[in-house]
Amino acid sequence: MKKKTGAKAAARFADGAPILFRGGRVVDPSQSLDGVKDLLLVDGRVEALGKGLSAPDGARVVDCKGLVVMPGLIDVHVHLREPGGEHKETIQTGARAAAAGGFTAVGAMPNTDPPIDNPAAVAFVLAAGQRAGAARVYPLGCISVGQKGERLAEIGEMVAAGAVGITDDGHPVMDSGLMRLALEYAQIFGVPVADHPEDLGLSRGGAMNEGLVATRLGLHGKPNASEDVHILRDLIVAELTGGHIHLQHVSTRLGIDAIRQAKARGVRVTAEATPHHMLLTDEAVEGYRTEAKMNPPLRSRADVDAVIEGFRDGTLDVLATDHAPHHYDEKEQAFDDAPNGIVGLETALGLVHAHLVGPGVIDLSTMVERMSVSPAKAFNLPGGTLRKGSPADVTVMDPAHVWTIDADTFLSKSHNTPFNGWELAGRAVMTVVGGRVVWELE
Amino acid sequence: MAREVTERTGGTERLVLMGIHRRGDEIAALLHDEIEKAEGKPVALGSLDITLYRDDLGTVGPRPLIGESTLPPEGIDDRVVVIVDDVLYTGRTARAALNELMDWGRPSKVYLCVLIDRGGRELPIQPDIVGRKVEVIGNRKIEVLVPALDGRLAVEIVKNLPAEK
Amino acid sequence: MTPTVAHFGKDLIGLEPLTGDQIRAILDTAEPFKEISERRIKKVPVLRGKTIVNLFFEPSTRTRISFEFAEKRLSADTVNIQTAGSSVVKGETLVDTARNLEAMRIDMVVMRHSASGAARFLAERIPSNVINAGDGSHEHPTQGLLDLLTIRDNLGKIEGAKVCIVGDILHSRVARSNIYGLIKLGAEVAVCGPPTLQPVGIEELGVHIFNRVEEAIEWADALNVLRLQLERMQSGYVPSLREYNRLWGISTARLEHAPKELLILHPGPMNRGVEIDSDVADGEHSVILDQVTNGVAVRMAVLYLLAGGAPEKAESAKGGAES
Repeated sequence: MKKKTGAKAAARFADGAPILFRGGRVVDPSQSLDGVKDLLLVDGRVEALGKGLSAPDGARVVDCKGLVVMPGLIDVHVHLREPGGEHKETIQTGARAAAAGGFTAVGAMPNTDPPIDNPAAVAFVLAAGQRAGAARVYPLGCISVGQKGERLAEIGEMVAAGAVGITDDGHPVMDSGLMRLALEYAQIFGVPVADHPEDLGLSRGGAMNEGLVATRLGLHGKPNASEDVHILRDLIVAELTGGHIHLQHVSTRLGIDAIRQAKARGVRVTAEATPHHMLLTDEAVEGYRTEAKMNPPLRSRADVDAVIEGFRDGTLDVLATDHAPHHYDEKEQAFDDAPNGIVGLETALGLVHAHLVGPGVIDLSTMVERMSVSPAKAFNLPGGTLRKGSPADVTVMDPAHVWTIDADTFLSKSHNTPFNGWELAGRAVMTVVGGRVVWELE
Repeated sequence: MAREVTERTGGTERLVLMGIHRRGDEIAALLHDEIEKAEGKPVALGSLDITLYRDDLGTVGPRPLIGESTLPPEGIDDRVVVIVDDVLYTGRTARAALNELMDWGRPSKVYLCVLIDRGGRELPIQPDIVGRKVEVIGNRKIEVLVPALDGRLAVEIVKNLPAEK
Repeated sequence: MTPTVAHFGKDLIGLEPLTGDQIRAILDTAEPFKEISERRIKKVPVLRGKTIVNLFFEPSTRTRISFEFAEKRLSADTVNIQTAGSSVVKGETLVDTARNLEAMRIDMVVMRHSASGAARFLAERIPSNVINAGDGSHEHPTQGLLDLLTIRDNLGKIEGAKVCIVGDILHSRVARSNIYGLIKLGAEVAVCGPPTLQPVGIEELGVHIFNRVEEAIEWADALNVLRLQLERMQSGYVPSLREYNRLWGISTARLEHAPKELLILHPGPMNRGVEIDSDVADGEHSVILDQVTNGVAVRMAVLYLLAGGAPEKAESAKGGAES
């Protein structure tokens, strides 16, 4: 059954004791750093980074020979389901699952029930995240009241309460006029507008990617165009307003080309790639496997290649999991009736390391850039660096640790993953948030 | 045998010969020709495929091919039907044939005619007309060869029952 | 000793996974079953003691009755369940339905459901045989088989026959089962209808596409005319039924331009005056009623072939045919 590893391991040392990571390969692209060094955390901050550091009294010394020490990983796109969906996940279980996957911070999507569209709701998520005592939980607020796409929510108040961005994720902003207002208005608060790019007219009735597999299975398809059109719309409106658009889970070749061109023109755009859109095609749906049902859907080989290339060259600068837990019996349905989404927090690091770093598609430094440095920059979060004085958020990975994904052992409440049984090399062995060990592999 | 059939059934007028598919068919056809030659009158002939009436279908794996059952145009109601088969063994085929016959109509009388009775009955069924009674021990098999299927008419006892293909 | 038909698995979910030989074996097995429906006592004891549930989550009269006749003529005990409800309700009950059926030790389930994949979903969860009587837009294998049998009866053979399926291919499970079955048996297949109702990638299944029905009529030996659901007009796939009839309806006037006599099939129920005109439906080339007759025989054959015992018992059963 479930191995609740985190709490016990963390209890062995007093909270707040200094930690010295000795002899690890420290990879920190924020300082263009990749080499064997010691890292000392004191009082929740990075105290020193260098060779031959000595441990202060009472410090825990972690032998990191053969391990990779990096700024804590950040996933800016997770669904923690609380309030309203506590049978799928809670803020606490989600924050713990994040820590177990090597994430020190997550951005919580506001499409809960009720949605996070007011400052009180933002404060609730923030407080619950702090209580969880695992990965940091940064709330995002809604763009529109009730995610209805009609009028702006209280963006300024929500940012004041702690929201790090706004999004109607799950409900694309179809009204271009509203998107213009959001991009204009959010600028003064310094938060990005994150959008789920999908033209609902073009994707209507679709349950998976449009193409031969859908035709054979008798399932209705969502064409690439439904995403392409919306990406282009968002880019054009961002260019018009000068606002920061953050495009979520980009999955199409043309959409990526458009982002690449927009970046070259100087449009303020950041964009996400998910592990599943880089590792699976729509053929994973074969057999009506609902654990391969997600939105945007798994696409064709050409699109997968384009996402990988976009991730490699930085067009898609942020890795996000779109962690979307669902109760097992919600997925245990006919394909059309099953909800979209998969969990990702506890598999992302291993998948990216084994399948992108391992074969040399990207190097370790790029991985840390996409999983820590860029997400922090995109949402103006503390972290994403091991500079002296920055928050003591650290992820330690054993790149040689070979393990098999077993959904039954997830700390997440939900087990919906298409990657169950995959054998991976590379796993987080210790996750430190604010100088506290929040998770450690036994 | 042909003579015994007509003696039993009281002539050919209401007689219907029903062979059990596949070798019973052939024996019935031979009998039919003999009787027509001897009596100089046409004799009705039909065949029964008992596949769908077998009592072991619930346990059979690959499904047996189903042959066709054919009836004489006048049917079998109020006729004297002689069921013809090559070998009578457990009696289960004869039971199936009787059941099928009853679904087809209501004969006034039914006889069972077999070329070989090899004993070993598992049901209380006895033949009325028997070509020859042969005692065969259980693990041996008796084969009737007919011209249409095997090129010759013969009865063979196969020792040491060969493995089925 | 007894010639046998090879097993094709526990269930019949679709024609796509079957081989040409397996499909041919089902059609050949259907032949002797045609005759049973002509008997005075239309019943044989082959499925005596078997319990079959006809589970219809979508309204259907024709298919359900055809299955029911097939089951009763094979002496099975049948129970009909017909429900209709919202998609969510259906989805939720599907798992529970499966568990309940399993608990009641049902031998076979014939299921119609509005969701593609529903039959496979059930088949993976219960030990009973599952026969797909239509799942969403996926497959309707017994309809495909009866269409094949009807074409074979009327054209003599399927190999080399040119068959065009006319109408709403996008939403049609009948079209998919026909395409798989016909291609596996060596036919040439085309589809024809409004471009809005042609699924993406259909040509990759090996079919030709005709946009104009006149071209299809010129090319084909047989037309399988699909029912146009009224909802397609409501959701805007076609502007009006009248325009559909003008452009794709099969009429005597259109058929007069055919270089040869065309076989006309329709899975029913027909919208007369929409996809097919009455004089064609009732005309001499229509084999629509043959399809209905063949439907019972094909379903009897499928039930007979699936209802057998476990394959591992096959060896001992082989000797059982001796008299």
